[in-house]
Amino acid sequence: MPRWGMVIDLDKCFACQSCTAACRMENNTPPAGKDQAGMGRTILWNEVLPFVEGEYPNVKATLLPRPCMHCDNPACIKVCPVQATYKNEEGLVLVDYNRCIGCRMCTVACPYAVRYFNWYAPEWPEDLKAHLNPEPEVQPRPKGVVEKCTFCVQRLRQARETAEAEGRTFQATDYVPACVQTCTAHARYFGDLDDPDSLVSKLAHSPRAFRMFEELGTQPKVFYLKQG
Amino acid sequence: MEPKNPFTKAILAPVRKISTGDTLLWGTLLVLLLAGGAAWTWQYIEGLGITGMNRPVYWGVYITNFVFFIGLAHSGTFISAILRIAGQSWRAPLTRAAEAITLFSLPFGAGSIIIDMGHPERIFNLLFYGRYQSPILWDVTAVSLYMLSSIVFFYLSLIPDIALCRDRLTGAPRWQHRMYEVLALGWNHSPEQYRRLEKALDGMAVFMTMLVVTVHTVVSWLFGMTVQPGWHTALIGPFFLLGAILSGTAAVVIVLALLRKAYRLEKVLHLGLFNSLRKLLITFVLGWLYMMIAEHLTIGYSSMTEEMVVLTDKFSGAYAAVFWSMAALVFGVPLLVFLFKGKNNIGWMVFACVLINIGMWMERYIVIIPTEASPRLLTVMGQGSYLPALPEILITVACFAGMALLYAVFTRFFPIVPIWETAQELPGHAHAAETSPTGD
Repeated sequence: MPRWGMVIDLDKCFACQSCTAACRMENNTPPAGKDQAGMGRTILWNEVLPFVEGEYPNVKATLLPRPCMHCDNPACIKVCPVQATYKNEEGLVLVDYNRCIGCRMCTVACPYAVRYFNWYAPEWPEDLKAHLNPEPEVQPRPKGVVEKCTFCVQRLRQARETAEAEGRTFQATDYVPACVQTCTAHARYFGDLDDPDSLVSKLAHSPRAFRMFEELGTQPKVFYLKQG
Repeated sequence: MEPKNPFTKAILAPVRKISTGDTLLWGTLLVLLLAGGAAWTWQYIEGLGITGMNRPVYWGVYITNFVFFIGLAHSGTFISAILRIAGQSWRAPLTRAAEAITLFSLPFGAGSIIIDMGHPERIFNLLFYGRYQSPILWDVTAVSLYMLSSIVFFYLSLIPDIALCRDRLTGAPRWQHRMYEVLALGWNHSPEQYRRLEKALDGMAVFMTMLVVTVHTVVSWLFGMTVQPGWHTALIGPFFLLGAILSGTAAVVIVLALLRKAYRLEKVLHLGLFNSLRKLLITFVLGWLYMMIAEHLTIGYSSMTEEMVVLTDKFSGAYAAVFWSMAALVFGVPLLVFLFKGKNNIGWMVFACVLINIGMWMERYIVIIPTEASPRLLTVMGQGSYLPALPEILITVACFAGMALLYAVFTRFFPIVPIWETAQELPGHAHAAETSPTGD
């Protein structure tokens, strides 16, 4: 079984946010509208977060793309009372929208703030509605449940189906999430962390590699390559 | 043979004398309760979006209410169970009044969790798929067990008095008399019955004491088990428990004063009770201060970056006003009142106890919100903020109104002072004379 992981090279990323846009189209996350966005209720499975340190004139800004970390020891799964959020055998942290009771304990517990709550039933403007992704895994989520980045789990299924249809064995390189595919600067790498020869595995062992909040013991499977 | 209690008449007097004042009060409370019900329906249809909750403040006043009402519920168990084990016989006249607070605040504590859920109709998923790794399930288990045991404990000690109602209130409407008959379970004041009842209550008191400690500790672990700054401390359990007992005991003072006044129970709910409660409250207020210092000094002294963000917010930032007024309301003013004005003065006692409960609600709020508003990852992007919206306010008011309504109605149908427990003499064994009220 592959153990899916991602590496993001912060030297290459120039924060164009195309990952965020691609994610939105791939995974049918609804536009929040101005009022809701003002309340911080926008649902963005992938976000590019600006970290501004220091005060003028000594300001340092770092831009950090943040998908779900798909932790090996996830804080969200521990606290879910009904096992609506779970880790599958390939290490992907997923949500069962039909089981989630909307208690939001996972959103409170996740230190990476990757989990989003559906405050209202999702709505799309007519023009956008025609372009929703028809895949079953990303059908619009009902109000009152939590959702999050899945590393585009529907693409994994599609890749497996394609491989089977073409009569060949599925390769870890057959599948990438939408943010990785779209990344303008080729800053994102995706693959099997358990395969020592895979590019992600090698990059994850690079001296530049770090993980967010390593000290919390969550064991994220998203690695960053330091800037500079 | 009935228990010999010179105050039986006085205690039974308020039962089923429903006055115009009662009707007005009940009506008002019912309207407030229904308004909350309407707000909840509105929220159920529209989604939690109509509240002020947001990202990162995912939990707001509903969770605050949950912690507060469960805390309030600790009054009864403390007075009845813990003081029972400790052999504090002075508590006898106020046991039922205190236990009734437990009984009637628990549904609103537990209910607040359900109100906070995005999918309340999926509540049974907790049974089907419940997973004990989650603190929410610990809460659900502990609180429902607590609710169940409180009902049993309360009912057991009510049986002899229901039997008295059955025998004495023969003029009551048929349905009501029938209710007493059924609920009295054929109690006939035999010595053996009293012996067994005392034994059962003693046994349950031990169990309830363990439960009361567990319940509020588990409630705090909803927060303490996460790695979030401000929550992740081992002290949060004992601190929540002590706060619960403080606000619960303060609530007992308020309720006693109201009952005494409204139902002319001055002789039974005598001043001595207030003086005893005053001593307890001084201890709890000082204990609360101790916890407060222990917690904040540990955090402040070690000054870890993310912990300091939350601490600074409370001490001098966005939440400073709430934090310091909370400290004044829970500790500063009440302690001065208890020490210098409270003795032999019910008015001052009630004043301080109202302040304590307002302060304790604010304390729950100040534990929950600032940590959420400054999460590790988002702090650098800007502070989260939260203000409760109309439905949240309506539902909060409704919780308090609902609790008061249940309490008010109960006192018109059942004696709020336990007649048999305050009796000078019980069939079968000479009841300790000092447990009976000494009118002063």
